[in-house]
Amino acid sequence: MMRRLTLLLIVLALLSLAACKRKPALDVSSGKQAAPAFSLTDTNGKPLNLADLKGKVVLLDFWATWCAPCKVEIPHFVEMQKKYGPQGLQIVGLSIDDDAKPVREFTQKMGMNYPVAMADEKLTTQYGGILGLPVAFVIDKSGNIVKKFVGETKPEVFEQEIQKLL
Amino acid sequence: MKILVAILFLLSAIAVAEDSPALTQAQISPQALVRVIQSNQRAKLLVLNVGPRVLYAQSHIPGAEYIGPTNDPRGIEIFRNRVKSVPKTKQIILYCGCCPWEHCPNIRPAFAELKKLGFRNVKVLMIANNFGADWADKDYPVERGQ
Repeated sequence: MMRRLTLLLIVLALLSLAACKRKPALDVSSGKQAAPAFSLTDTNGKPLNLADLKGKVVLLDFWATWCAPCKVEIPHFVEMQKKYGPQGLQIVGLSIDDDAKPVREFTQKMGMNYPVAMADEKLTTQYGGILGLPVAFVIDKSGNIVKKFVGETKPEVFEQEIQKLL
Repeated sequence: MKILVAILFLLSAIAVAEDSPALTQAQISPQALVRVIQSNQRAKLLVLNVGPRVLYAQSHIPGAEYIGPTNDPRGIEIFRNRVKSVPKTKQIILYCGCCPWEHCPNIRPAFAELKKLGFRNVKVLMIANNFGADWADKDYPVERGQ
């Protein structure tokens, strides 16, 4: 009896381990999920809380200054922020650079008109793991993730998604 | 004149897009590296990660050492200091996986530095898209943490 119980416990432990490994912290493929909250300070020293953006459509961009495809997307984000900002779009950049200094310099050089903060591994893990760049999430006005884009994405694809939500 | 400029531009674009023969020959596929890692050859390898810290902390090849991005002189200096005591015959695997292979800003400078320093047994992990798609999502072995 004791042996069976031990065996059962081992099987259960292995199953739960397998489940942990398989299931990412966030999987948007099966439908809407609440965007993990964060409370950061942006590169201008201002607070950046996702909760404060409820009621807006948020485009959350994980990027880095040395990432070529990210750099292609950024001028489009600047344009989109200008175009759709008055209608309720808020783009947010989260950099995975090792240091904040090049990020500050880059945001100024590129005239980035939206807040940028540094992301750590805790936050990237909450967003399902950012194991390559760029990755962008579109979040609706209720704070739910409705779409995840991996890799360089054309601006019209983002716009199509955003227009539906504004 | 315009044609000449166009030809020169095309040639330079090709030069950027194509890797050197040495780098091409040094490539190892993720599948091949997994086989090595799972064999008794693992102990002979020095696996160096030249990607960003956030990426490494989330997921990396078991036993890989974090070096950091090698896309600027400071990163190269850190990298050079790390390998200066390593025997030139040591089998070294370099990898990054931050972004698609052709855009990776770290792998080429790191490889060039090892060649310059005289390392003779260097392989670079050919990650076509990124570490997530080409390694972690395939359930190849990973470790987490700093």
